[in-house]
Amino acid sequence: MNNPYLNPKIFDKDVELVPIRKGFGEGLLAAGIADERVVGLCADLTESTQMHFFAQKFPKRFIEMGVAEQNLASVASGMAAMGKIPFITSYAMFSPGRNWEQIRTTICYNDQPVKIAGSHAGISVGPDGGTHQAVEDIAIVRVIPNMTVISPCDAIEAKKATIASAKTKQPTYIRLARNATPIITTENTIFEIGKAQIFFASKSIEKTQVAIIATGALVHKAIAVARDFEKRNIGVKVLNLSTIKPLDEDTIVLLAQEAGAIVTVEEHQIRGGMGSAVAECLAKNHPVPIEFIGVDDVFGQSGTPEQLIEHYGMGEKSIAKAVEKVLKRK
Amino acid sequence: MIELTDEKIKWLELKANEIRESIIRMLLEAGSGHTAGPLGTTDIFTALYFHILKHNPHNTSWSERDRFVLSNGHICPVMYATMAHAGYFPVEELMTLRKFGSRLQGHPHREYLKMLENSSGPLGSGLSQAVGMALALKIDQGVSGSGPFIYCMLSDGELDEGQTWEAVLLAGKNKLHNLVAIIDRNNIQIDGFTEDIMPLEPLADKWRAFNWHVIEIDGHNFSAIVNAVGKAKAVFEKPTVIIAHTIPGKGVPAFERKFEWHGKTPNKEEANMALTALRTLEGKIKSEHE
Repeated sequence: MNNPYLNPKIFDKDVELVPIRKGFGEGLLAAGIADERVVGLCADLTESTQMHFFAQKFPKRFIEMGVAEQNLASVASGMAAMGKIPFITSYAMFSPGRNWEQIRTTICYNDQPVKIAGSHAGISVGPDGGTHQAVEDIAIVRVIPNMTVISPCDAIEAKKATIASAKTKQPTYIRLARNATPIITTENTIFEIGKAQIFFASKSIEKTQVAIIATGALVHKAIAVARDFEKRNIGVKVLNLSTIKPLDEDTIVLLAQEAGAIVTVEEHQIRGGMGSAVAECLAKNHPVPIEFIGVDDVFGQSGTPEQLIEHYGMGEKSIAKAVEKVLKRK
Repeated sequence: MIELTDEKIKWLELKANEIRESIIRMLLEAGSGHTAGPLGTTDIFTALYFHILKHNPHNTSWSERDRFVLSNGHICPVMYATMAHAGYFPVEELMTLRKFGSRLQGHPHREYLKMLENSSGPLGSGLSQAVGMALALKIDQGVSGSGPFIYCMLSDGELDEGQTWEAVLLAGKNKLHNLVAIIDRNNIQIDGFTEDIMPLEPLADKWRAFNWHVIEIDGHNFSAIVNAVGKAKAVFEKPTVIIAHTIPGKGVPAFERKFEWHGKTPNKEEANMALTALRTLEGKIKSEHE
């Protein structure tokens, strides 16, 4: 590992595994301690979305909404209009899934600083099956004006993203995964909304031949693949694109100019997701061959997270194949 | 709230008539929009902006102001006209309704008209926002009779929306005494009469069952409107809903109670006829035209 700010144990067998959503829960508690305007609203999934840390500490600033995601979004808008900084939580499938129009009109069109935490995003929700696997959420939120979209790669980054988002005036979507995920970053890793960071670059190889742009829990797999290519003397850089909107276009274009080929990696539909955002940027500024890792226009099913990641083509083998394929297209 | 005298009632009635004239003129100029709802709710808007609301048209960000949330944004011509007459912006600006670059968007957008409390148009979301405002105030102030009140105007048609009832449940649960919902019960919606499209009755019982304080009034009677708000403020353990029975198209006999006038605007001839009806107080004043 050659990024001094990343977890040195990232590829050890005993690397710490923490659900990304837990980082949100800790971040919300910290944000609530720092600013009394922070309020929490949840649609009957308080512990599941890790809002219980906040709810226990600040019972008067916590609103139990019941199973009512549309009301969740609009009530938060009203609270924001009175000067509060509301965080709302449910599963991503229901918020921003079910309440998309309320988010568009009452939060973004109104330009109110509501923070939407969508938990259990991605296919790795696992046994619950396709109804609960939100793999369209990035697509539907990133098209709404005024919205910021953040997809943290681990619990520590999720905590930082939550604390940072409480300080902005923008409506913000924070995408969270359910499962225990390897800790990639440390408290010292730089996080800034809107800035992408290189998380892996081969020390021994001067020339970068491919760049992987990854987001969310799959960043860990992207780094593992890049490390394998390093052993084969092929230089692969990994960019952690945790803010999907506003997109760090400068960093992405520079990376495309350097590598000349890109693989995007996300636990989301290929159509409309982070890879699409990268493609929109590069098609306009610096077209290079791109391969897209993600769900290919199908719904998920029950299974273990690892089975599903493999089956739907988002495992390390699939990422490695995409790197080889894009190399040939250069 | 100051006392409502007979003189003030007469003044409010004349003010409402002026506002209705503005509505007809702006709809004629705009060439599209809604007619029945704005005319039907003009008396309620007049009572709110000229007697009930604690507000300051020249200091629109005053933190202690009452908040007025319009849920059924399509009746915005009445809100714009009432606000203009109350001094928020020049009455002449009403003629820009729905035109390119205007602050008076076809449905209210607070990015264009920053003095609005909320943007609206898609039905069923306003009461939720009002509930959020009332909740935020309650967190800060607890149960107090002196703080700002949150008023929310909603249509009867939008009670078809499930989200409205999510908000009704939450307000009842949290005993939001500082929230007053006003339903424009005009019995029409786009496709026809509400009781044919999706029956709402027994409407008052539905709200009572959700733990709201319910008041039913004639929505064209100023003392009834003002008294209802007074009663709402006296109840500390429940939110209040005022079911205001109104006549869609009120003030222009040819438009009254006709659902066809929900979503269309008068042409030149119809507008002239409407303005004559308003100027003569529905034909009660004869001298001008005889």
